Amino acid sequence: MRFTKEHEWVRDQGDGTAFVGISNYAAEALGDVVYVELPEAGRVVKQGEAFGVVESVKAASDVYAPVDLEIIEGNPDLGNDPEAVNAVPESGAWFVRARIINPSQLEALMDCTAYEEFLGTL
Amino acid sequence: MSMNRTGRPTAPVVTAHEGFASLTDGRGLLQSERLIFEKKDYTRTGVDFADIEIAADDLSGLLREEDMGLPGLTEPEAIRHYVRLSQYNHAIDLALYPLGSCTMKHNPRLNEKMARLTGLGDIHPLQPVSTVQGAIQLMDVLARWLKTLTGMPAVALSPKAGAHGELCGLLAIKAAHEASGQGHRRTVLVPKSAHGTNPATAAFVGYSVREIGQTADGRVDIADLKARLSDDVAAIMLTNPNTCGLFERDIIAIADIIHAAGGYFYCDGANFNAIVGRVRPGDLGVDAMHINLHKTFSTPHGGGGPGAGPVVLSEALAAFAPAPWVVSGADGFDLLEHGEGESAANFGRMCAFHGQMGMYIRALTYMLSHGADGLRQVSGDAVLNANYIKASLSDLMSVPFPDGPCMHEALFDDKWLEGTGVTTLDFAKAMIDEGFHPMTMYFPLVVHGAMLIEPTETESKTELDRFITALRALAEDAVKPSNDKTRFTAAPHLAPTKRLDETRAARFPRLVW
Amino acid sequence: MRYLPLNDADRAQMLETIGVASVDDLFVDVPESARLSTPVDLPPFAGELEVEAQMAALAAKNLSPSQAAFFVGAGAYRHHIPATVDHIIQRSEYLTSYTPYQPEIAQGTLQVLFEFQTQVARLTGMSVANASLYDGSTAAAEGVLMAARVTKRNKAVLSGGLHPHYRETVETLAHAVGIETEALTPAIDAEADTLSHIGPDTACVVVQTPNVFGTATDLTKIAEATQAAGALLIVVVTEVMSLGLLKSPAEMGADVVAAEGQSIGVPLSYGGPYVGLFAAKDKYLRQMPGRLCGETVDANGERGFVLTLSTREQHIRREKATSNICTNSGLCALAFSIHLSLLGQTGLKRVAKINYQKAHDLKDALSAIDGVEVLTPRFFNEFTLKLPKSADQIVEALAAKGVLGGVPFSRLHRGEGYENWLIVAATETNTEADQAQFVAALTEVLA
Repeated sequence: MRFTKEHEWVRDQGDGTAFVGISNYAAEALGDVVYVELPEAGRVVKQGEAFGVVESVKAASDVYAPVDLEIIEGNPDLGNDPEAVNAVPESGAWFVRARIINPSQLEALMDCTAYEEFLGTL
Repeated sequence: MSMNRTGRPTAPVVTAHEGFASLTDGRGLLQSERLIFEKKDYTRTGVDFADIEIAADDLSGLLREEDMGLPGLTEPEAIRHYVRLSQYNHAIDLALYPLGSCTMKHNPRLNEKMARLTGLGDIHPLQPVSTVQGAIQLMDVLARWLKTLTGMPAVALSPKAGAHGELCGLLAIKAAHEASGQGHRRTVLVPKSAHGTNPATAAFVGYSVREIGQTADGRVDIADLKARLSDDVAAIMLTNPNTCGLFERDIIAIADIIHAAGGYFYCDGANFNAIVGRVRPGDLGVDAMHINLHKTFSTPHGGGGPGAGPVVLSEALAAFAPAPWVVSGADGFDLLEHGEGESAANFGRMCAFHGQMGMYIRALTYMLSHGADGLRQVSGDAVLNANYIKASLSDLMSVPFPDGPCMHEALFDDKWLEGTGVTTLDFAKAMIDEGFHPMTMYFPLVVHGAMLIEPTETESKTELDRFITALRALAEDAVKPSNDKTRFTAAPHLAPTKRLDETRAARFPRLVW
Repeated sequence: MRYLPLNDADRAQMLETIGVASVDDLFVDVPESARLSTPVDLPPFAGELEVEAQMAALAAKNLSPSQAAFFVGAGAYRHHIPATVDHIIQRSEYLTSYTPYQPEIAQGTLQVLFEFQTQVARLTGMSVANASLYDGSTAAAEGVLMAARVTKRNKAVLSGGLHPHYRETVETLAHAVGIETEALTPAIDAEADTLSHIGPDTACVVVQTPNVFGTATDLTKIAEATQAAGALLIVVVTEVMSLGLLKSPAEMGADVVAAEGQSIGVPLSYGGPYVGLFAAKDKYLRQMPGRLCGETVDANGERGFVLTLSTREQHIRREKATSNICTNSGLCALAFSIHLSLLGQTGLKRVAKINYQKAHDLKDALSAIDGVEVLTPRFFNEFTLKLPKSADQIVEALAAKGVLGGVPFSRLHRGEGYENWLIVAATETNTEADQAQFVAALTEVLA
């Protein structure tokens, strides 16, 4: 699992696809998540481009693509169950499943240890 | 002598016990009130009109046949419904309403009476102008007061609220840049402490927003401003006095810098109440500023509107003001509604008709009542009241920018609450139990746990002292070492409704019954 | 000064607490060159008596509709408002409260807004409505912006039946954000022309019914064509009293309804403040502009109401907000809600039928005058006449005879060929004597 400075994570499935979501830290900072807006299948997003929105009662944030992606699907469960983002942000509450267009971009992202260190500096 | 032995006792014998509950949903004077839709009576009506038969041949196929589901109430039922609901509202007329940056001052009732005069409240916006000369003259007089008070040569009256005024001002700026071949200017500089409307409005008209930093004493960082200038800067949007309740000491220099860079100076006039009659924005180099008539000029806030946001404009922007324009000539007053003659360069139209006339009447009534001397006293007393509150609380509550006086609002942060288990929100909610409306909280964003208190000039010293006494008592209790902070964390205890679940409301939106 | 409670003794004590010598010392941060040392050049303080006299003098220079035979409409209508409405909206708890930021002490305002939203939804037939916008014209403009967000397209088609002030307001706002508009030629019956301009790049089609000329239009075909093209149909209604008689916009396929609510509960007041109604299909909820009030529960599980979905709004999203709107039209929304509660569907239908009948009687009487042609084929309470002379001059001549006889279309739109068109409205407030006076005056003026 790799992280961005914008608090997205990406989990490489080893078959050219990956799950993408937001980190524990981000979920906690947002507070109670009430709504998640996800992209349609087939959309291609460049690294750093916003592909979705996550809203809590008090805040709304764009969610950025950690690497170049072609969306396979948005998490169908988040529509009815946005609180899952607070409960299991780094597992079940993935935002999208997507094809990784440029696997080499993954290398530049932070691993768990580096992300923890990064959080310490905030 | 004859004695009546069956009378009632005339002094209380038994005292009430705690936790008393009524047998129904009654709560003494506070009546519970269901939704009108729950009565589900669609046959009744509170108006007496005959049920006539119409042929309506021309409307065949267009007639409404479905049931509308709109319940009707007779007059007594309607009065009860709305009076009962009214009892659940806090209001300025009840007690201090110190919402910072909202200027919740007393709303004079003469304003209301004047807005309802025959010949003002009942005239139609499209009557021939020959039949509404008094109305257009009223707009002209209001314009003269606004221009004189701000030291600006022109005013666009039609924007319907402060944010609408911001939009009007930025559209005038955009039109002016385009007219002078400067259409490439697409960046607006906005300080971090700005009202959320400023960046929202800038983005709305297609400008990109560049934030500028703040100094340790809560003002615009001029060095940072200079560093962020570029030849694509269209304008700066600045609130003055700013959202920290402080006057921008370097305001004239800031105006000079932005002008030298080819940009315009948009001033957010939300805080004009602090300086009305004492400082003219025109003397500070402002090019455009909206004036919230519902703040400085006492038109009622009405549960969230309607407002009014006329925009004063500098010579450079005046030609671009939206339709309609009020003009006067030998035949009296006229309205230019089509970008004709001197209004040929107008950028368009903000709304149908001529703006918030009902608010113009109220605001002008207020201005005429105060006069030039009274308005000067308004800002003096508003600033005095805010500083009195600041001075009376600053030994208990921390002040982020303690040096020098504040203007019309006193800003505190939550440093003093650190480690108490009480948050700004808890403290604010506890104020409700003491009978006051909370202050503006968590704004401006540049101050942690901000509490922004704007008392306005229409509070007496007695009321201010009541407020200060209550806040001091709460503040002392909040910092007292104790494990039980439920006074704050579960507040309000005495409001008709307890804290509401906003998460649920947003997750499962139910917006109609 | 009757509105300023502090006296000099209070001020002296307070200055001592603060630790400064004078109020002027509190303004030290203002550059000295900008500090005024004396009041500005405007008249001084005046008592209630004097102010009342000045305002009454201005009011007296206007011809009040109550002193004339009155037939003016074109986007704002004179209807009878029950006395209860004005009484309630002047109660302190409604008049002098603000946006319900603290729901625990604002349930009165919030429940009213929830009821208002429900009433607007039911009146228009739509599934959701917001807590009001500034007025009908800005609501229409917000509708166009929303349609562009939803469809990610960039062009709005504006029907020739749309009120020209609405058209201009939409154009101003749409062009500011980079949306193209195609405004079609004003026409009594604008349906066919509108249909032919819907294309694959259309974000929305804005139509009005009854339109600015009074024509009531079946929008079903336009709705089908609009939606088939992947665009949104925005239905503008400037006379909401018509909804008591005419099919709802939802029934005809509207995606969004943007309406002026003034006709119900809000006085004419020379054009404002009014109340914009904004309703839409459920699926556009999160793209809607303006405040929304929603139901929830409090800590005791009791029903309560809060402002909700505020992440769409400027104070949180800042430069990403759906709109820059801050206020709604709270007190006018309250007035609307009270009046509609008094009417109920029963009263609304009755008033609507009376409006219909008065206008059709008037049409019959006016069309009997030599040279007067009625252009509007089917209407609710408003229709357009073609006169043998400039309508502008005729309304002036009528006004001199105590008749406010309508709105020349040329006042709203400066195109050629419309100089003789006059838009005339009748409501339940018109008497037979008004009608007779109008007919006599127009006969004389045209003779």
